[in-house]
Amino acid sequence: MVGLEHYLTVAAALFVIGIFGLFLNRKNVIILLMSIELILLAVNINLVAFSSFLGDLVGQVFTLFVLTVAAAEAAIGLAILVCFFRNRGTIDVEDVNVMKG
Amino acid sequence: MTSADFSAVLPEVVISLFAMGALLFAVYSNKDKQAPMLTWATAGLLAVIAFWIGVTGEGTTAAFGGMFIEDAFSRFAKVVILLSASAILLMSEGYMARRDLLRFEYPVLIALAAVGMMVMVSAGDLMTLYMGLELQSLSLYVVASLRRDSVKSTEAGLKYFVLGALSSGLLLYGASLTYGYAGTTLFSGIISVASEGEMSLGLLFGLVFLITGLAFKVSAVPFHMWTPDVYEGSPTPVTAFFATAPKVAAMALFARVVHDAFGGVVADWQQILALLSVLSMFLGAIAAIGQRDIKRLMAYSSIAHMGFALMGLAAGTAFGVQAMLVYMAIYVTMNIGTFAFILSMERDGQNVTDIGSLNLYSRTSPAKALAMLILLFSLAGVPPLVGFFGKYYVLLAAVEADMAWLAVAGVIASVIGAFYYLRIVYLMYFGEEGDGLDTGGSPVLGGFLMVSAAAMVLGVINLFGVEALAAAAAATLVN
Repeated sequence: MVGLEHYLTVAAALFVIGIFGLFLNRKNVIILLMSIELILLAVNINLVAFSSFLGDLVGQVFTLFVLTVAAAEAAIGLAILVCFFRNRGTIDVEDVNVMKG
Repeated sequence: MTSADFSAVLPEVVISLFAMGALLFAVYSNKDKQAPMLTWATAGLLAVIAFWIGVTGEGTTAAFGGMFIEDAFSRFAKVVILLSASAILLMSEGYMARRDLLRFEYPVLIALAAVGMMVMVSAGDLMTLYMGLELQSLSLYVVASLRRDSVKSTEAGLKYFVLGALSSGLLLYGASLTYGYAGTTLFSGIISVASEGEMSLGLLFGLVFLITGLAFKVSAVPFHMWTPDVYEGSPTPVTAFFATAPKVAAMALFARVVHDAFGGVVADWQQILALLSVLSMFLGAIAAIGQRDIKRLMAYSSIAHMGFALMGLAAGTAFGVQAMLVYMAIYVTMNIGTFAFILSMERDGQNVTDIGSLNLYSRTSPAKALAMLILLFSLAGVPPLVGFFGKYYVLLAAVEADMAWLAVAGVIASVIGAFYYLRIVYLMYFGEEGDGLDTGGSPVLGGFLMVSAAAMVLGVINLFGVEALAAAAAATLVN
């Protein structure tokens, strides 16, 4: 029987993978965007699992809002990334370093 | 019922419709040629709405089943946010037009960010909180990289985006846990679940993640790392905007969440906030010492100021919230003046941000140097200027809440922090001979600088009555 705690464990694992992806990734900014997406999807799993467990629809409504905003966020992130690539000629995380200190 | 709901959100609806109308109008007409007119119109509209909210608003309305709260607290924050956004738009126009940066999207994005901030401070539900926060953040990511042919500006936008999205993710994870363990997303429901008996571990985790996400938005240490780079890389008017309205909105939202949703369990979040406050004050004061770039310096200065504002919040009392609101209002006024000065720092028409360029500035422009001196003393918290009273109130709030150690740490940090403000004063009055800055400059910027400096002196009498308004606002939030 798959219960609430299984869903929460999967969500927590995805969330942690997303966070580690953001901090340990040294290669490519696109991977950062994917990690952010992973974090948001972990949250969605949490919300839907709680919604079903509580028998309350609010969590699923919240999920729809999160999905919509995540799409807008990815669009803006990619747009900024394209501008950055045009100026810098690279999207390596290690090259996002003009400003330091 | 329905008409009462919509009259509570009418200011937000008006600004949203204006932003969409302005966007369509600019796209179907001659685009960037309309930008100066749109900037003035947006600044005017925001100021008018601020007065409208300030004068006509009364009582407390919980619209849409409690998801959107319109009360004295939200009105106070909204007036500060709208007036500062309007002032920044007025200051930006000349600067951006001369650098060919004034696109029509700029005022539209600022207006949408302002709507997001207004929704944030009125949030009565985790969903409203998230939507307001994202509307604000998404607009700000774009304005940070407004100078899209510059490596620095796009890099600032990219860094802001990645860390901002991370903080939204943390906040959302906290929101999902809070929803799951409280069974509702309404703040009024969460507070009743959290207050009864021992708070469940899941709810505590939710609270910690929510605080982490919010700490990112107010750039409290240890979640501050984006601030210096974003401040340095963004175009200066955008930096000025970042340092004012979004900070007020994020602090007000912070107060909303901890008091409206977790007001019954003060002891559970008080220690976290006190720790964030101490770290921010010290890091802001110490790390700014080595900075030569005035925009980076202001970034660390804002981190330190957020530490002081958090000290008011950490007190966990109505007086603490009042002190925080007074502090934020004073902080915004000082920053508008300081950034008006930074925007006017030019040599041969090029903007400079190195503090070395201020050497012996008082000889060429004595009036502006004096105004800047007053603002810097006020930022440092030197009595009897208004900035001192802001610090005095938060320290008093901390002492009254039996957190004398926090107040002592605050005093030590503000003494350390005074060094870098006073160094700028030293350079302006007793520095070495060097290439000076251009004299003159835009009358609008000069006007904002003078008015802000005058407010720092004249406000000593009664703080322009902000104190009483903040007390009324805090009383509606903390019962």
